[in-house]
Amino acid sequence: MSENLISTTDLSVHFPLRGKLFGPPPVVRAVENVSVHITKGSFYGLVGESGSGKTTFGRALLRAVPISHGSAIYADGEVTYDLSSLKGDELKEYRTRAQLIFQDPYAALSPRMTVRDIIAEPLEVMGLTNSRDETDERVREIAAQCRINLEHLRRFPHAFSGGQRQRISIARALVSQPHFIVADESVAALDVSIQADVLNLLKSIQQAMGLTFLFISHDLSVVAHTCDHVAVMYLGRLVETAPTRDLFAGPRHPYTKALLSAIPSLDPDHRGKAEKLEGEIPSPTNPPPGCKFQTRCRFAIDICRREEPKLDHLGLEHDVACHRWEELTDEPEASDADPA
Amino acid sequence: MTSPLISVQDLTLRFKTDEGLVTAVEDVSFDIAAGEVLGLVGESGSGKSVTAKSLMVLNPENSVYDPKSRITLNVDDKSVDVLSLVNPKDRMIVRGGAISMIFQEPMASFAPAITIGDQMVEQLLIHSEMNKARAKEISIEMLTRVGIPDPGQRFGQYAFEFSGGMRQRAMIAMALSTKPRLLIADEPTTALDVTIQAQVIDLMKDLVDEFHMAILFITHDLGVIAQTADRVAVMYLGKLIEKGSVRQVLRNPGHPYTQGLLHALPRLDELDTPLTPVKGDIPSPLDRPSGCVFNTRCPVSLGAECESRVPVYTTTDDGQQIACLLAEKQGAPA
Repeated sequence: MSENLISTTDLSVHFPLRGKLFGPPPVVRAVENVSVHITKGSFYGLVGESGSGKTTFGRALLRAVPISHGSAIYADGEVTYDLSSLKGDELKEYRTRAQLIFQDPYAALSPRMTVRDIIAEPLEVMGLTNSRDETDERVREIAAQCRINLEHLRRFPHAFSGGQRQRISIARALVSQPHFIVADESVAALDVSIQADVLNLLKSIQQAMGLTFLFISHDLSVVAHTCDHVAVMYLGRLVETAPTRDLFAGPRHPYTKALLSAIPSLDPDHRGKAEKLEGEIPSPTNPPPGCKFQTRCRFAIDICRREEPKLDHLGLEHDVACHRWEELTDEPEASDADPA
Repeated sequence: MTSPLISVQDLTLRFKTDEGLVTAVEDVSFDIAAGEVLGLVGESGSGKSVTAKSLMVLNPENSVYDPKSRITLNVDDKSVDVLSLVNPKDRMIVRGGAISMIFQEPMASFAPAITIGDQMVEQLLIHSEMNKARAKEISIEMLTRVGIPDPGQRFGQYAFEFSGGMRQRAMIAMALSTKPRLLIADEPTTALDVTIQAQVIDLMKDLVDEFHMAILFITHDLGVIAQTADRVAVMYLGKLIEKGSVRQVLRNPGHPYTQGLLHALPRLDELDTPLTPVKGDIPSPLDRPSGCVFNTRCPVSLGAECESRVPVYTTTDDGQQIACLLAEKQGAPA
């Protein structure tokens, strides 16, 4: 099971800004030197605040944005692609293997198409079926798997609630029988009572079809419940990655600790005891030197302001990019974020 | 016991639409005392925002208040019958005078082409006797108070020059500068990142203590409620189905819907417990179930009885109120 479906090495995505009159045009380093390994069949969580580059990273893996530097290898056992140089027919073929589930089920579905047509569209565009009957059969199959009432296939999306629409989005992403799914904030727009239902559906489909998920979310509690491995991003950099349990039981990076303690506790008697993070995430057009988190980190020292930390291996797949993680581990207050 | 700051009784509000009258809020009653934080929880379409806007008579033209609805505001030994206020001048007391509101999306709540400072000054001029120079002074003071660095310069900037967290702070500064007695906060932290949310929640808690004002805190996030509110009211499809102190409701929820919400919530301290969704979907307001509005999704529904009879409140010994037939029969939270 340790086979990697996706392996990236120093993957970077830069967006050019409007050039100045002189000198090289400035770039936004949306994703910078991110190396991750997503094992086959895993539910890989990617968390971070807005502006952390998590969505851009997901899109780079789908080749929806070009990869500026570094490499990303996709290998599912049948084919191996180098995503940074993929083009033409191979890129088209890759699209059948990697799919995206969007955040907003209200914006993601065309109001002019029936549910059947929405789900069938990828099959038709990619030419995966030979006849209308075959398409219909595949649509019905996947709709049933996503618990969509088959009688609803002839209706239009406006007739459905958020949870039902998200199930339609999921069916559309799955209909080409992909191996890799990027779910970008796929439950963020849903109400709590519906969210749990969609999460359970994603989980059961993933297990039934042997899929690999990159689950992008800002909600750590959701990630803790669904993912088996988590990566934390801050300002385009990977700051910590670990198996879910290790990360939540023993976060090492000060940012991960702060994120965990910022989650409002459901216990009314546990108020305001958490460590609060000052300030806001800096603009990616003008990132601070050294460690990107140093402007908000209360442990920052000289070296943090000068040098960007590299990912350190703690062993057991747990990596952290912080100059001081070792000495900070001994701090007793580190257990503050640990709810257990 | 003195009269509460604001008292809402049997608030019932329908919207005239092409499909007929749609009930948005039905028989909702609650009080907020001075200095108290009441959390109003519910999912989309539960009527929590509509309820809050009723306090400021801000609902759109097509809204119809049922005649039995009463909203009474008690300030300075006077009682104001809010819903009977008709002309804009009289309504000023609930629109920025004694009641202020902060909204979910701070970008949409500031005029984009007027500086933040001018917008703050404008409302101070409307709601008080002060002159422009004094209003500017107070506005800058408030911006400082909510933790905006370099407030003098920020005063002259536009909303787009502020980050999301800063905008929400400016929004709070603006809402509080008129020294309202009640602040309505409609999902004030939902659009913010979790670390910024924690900052804004802290700020609001400090301000409650400092200004001794009451807050109606609207959110769908039970964690935020646990961190801020004294009492909680839970809404579902326009009905207030449970209310009580924040400890009672979160620790010992009495209504099956509140219980379902808490079970559906991913919790960091219970990673091994599988998430239990509330079955089914929230019905459309056009198609409200008869009897108890929750009966279509209720795991412990009594069947025909729940479908036909609207439950009345059962009050527990500690004052927790539950609108559920089962609780009615058992007399206490299940």
